[in-house]
Amino acid sequence: MRYNTRHKKEKRPYNIVAALAVLAIIMTFMVTIAANSRSTALRATEDEIIDDAVKRDSVKSVAAFSKVYSVLISPRCVNCHPAGDVPLQGDDSHLHTMFPQRGKDGKGILTMKCTNCHQPENTPGTHTPPGSPNWHLPPADMKMVFEGKSPRELAKQIMDPTKNGNKDMKALIAHADDELVKWGWQPGEGRTLPPLSHREFKEAWITWLKNGAYAPTN
Amino acid sequence: MATINLKINGNKHRLDVDPSTPLLWVLREHLNLVGTKYGCGVAACGACVVHLDGEAVRSCVTKINRAADKEVVTIEGISEKGDHPLQQAWEQIDVPQCGYCQSGQIMSAAVLLREIPNPTDEDIDLAMSGNICRCGTYLRIRKAIHLAAEIQQGTK
Repeated sequence: MRYNTRHKKEKRPYNIVAALAVLAIIMTFMVTIAANSRSTALRATEDEIIDDAVKRDSVKSVAAFSKVYSVLISPRCVNCHPAGDVPLQGDDSHLHTMFPQRGKDGKGILTMKCTNCHQPENTPGTHTPPGSPNWHLPPADMKMVFEGKSPRELAKQIMDPTKNGNKDMKALIAHADDELVKWGWQPGEGRTLPPLSHREFKEAWITWLKNGAYAPTN
Repeated sequence: MATINLKINGNKHRLDVDPSTPLLWVLREHLNLVGTKYGCGVAACGACVVHLDGEAVRSCVTKINRAADKEVVTIEGISEKGDHPLQQAWEQIDVPQCGYCQSGQIMSAAVLLREIPNPTDEDIDLAMSGNICRCGTYLRIRKAIHLAAEIQQGTK
């Protein structure tokens, strides 16, 4: 009994050491898991940042904008981004017959609201009103003029939130798929298409933006 | 074909028509409301203007399904007795020559007077620039709109 008792007393420190060792292993394991999780989370965040990040490449950016510009100044875009308050018409971008006015909200005035003639879809036939559900010009307080702008002026305007409808990078990228923007590639009978396909335009648009949205020097 | 519910000049109608039929065709061919005229057929002249929920739309390019369950007012419904201030003014000044465009002119002018009860010459020109008159009665139209504004306000 004495021996046994003494023996038990002598074994107690070993039990404590063993328990501490197990605890240390568990804690190490948990810390490793936590560290791995944190590492995964950081990687995901970094991926997202990289995905939205601007990789500054002025040559690539400016080259892409020259393609973008060719579309923006095509009649399908510029006709609703006039320098004055009357929209333009036709492939020669003449003043809209009947001289409808922009109005405060860009949707016309009085008897001459855009949707009084422009339907939610193109009206069949040539020389008929083209249409899209939200047919309008930019509003009077942010005219977003394309007509007469040089590539540099237009690039700087597009990147200025006080002149682009308060759009950030994400909104600008999304704008390439705006219904009214995409109408430009389905303009109805008798109207020429922009010089690039919508896919080519969107690719150039995103390339320009994601490489620094540089404004050309001219 | 589709069943379309319409409210025209306060009267309800239920018609089986192709939903892409222009409102003008329904007015003239189905309901015999022939005061609204066919001019160009491409929304360029204004002869076919009617009110759709108060807006001066061109009925020649407005598909009937867009008018479903909305309020349509034609020249026949702008007043009960043909005595809208614009109709009175038109008669007093003897505006029409051939008369073909006049219902569209009056329907557009009615929206103008509702929005701007006392319009200037510039207001009139901006609002009426989409209504063409081949007889060139523009000066009488402008004069009649001023007179109608006075009648509407009880000053004449």
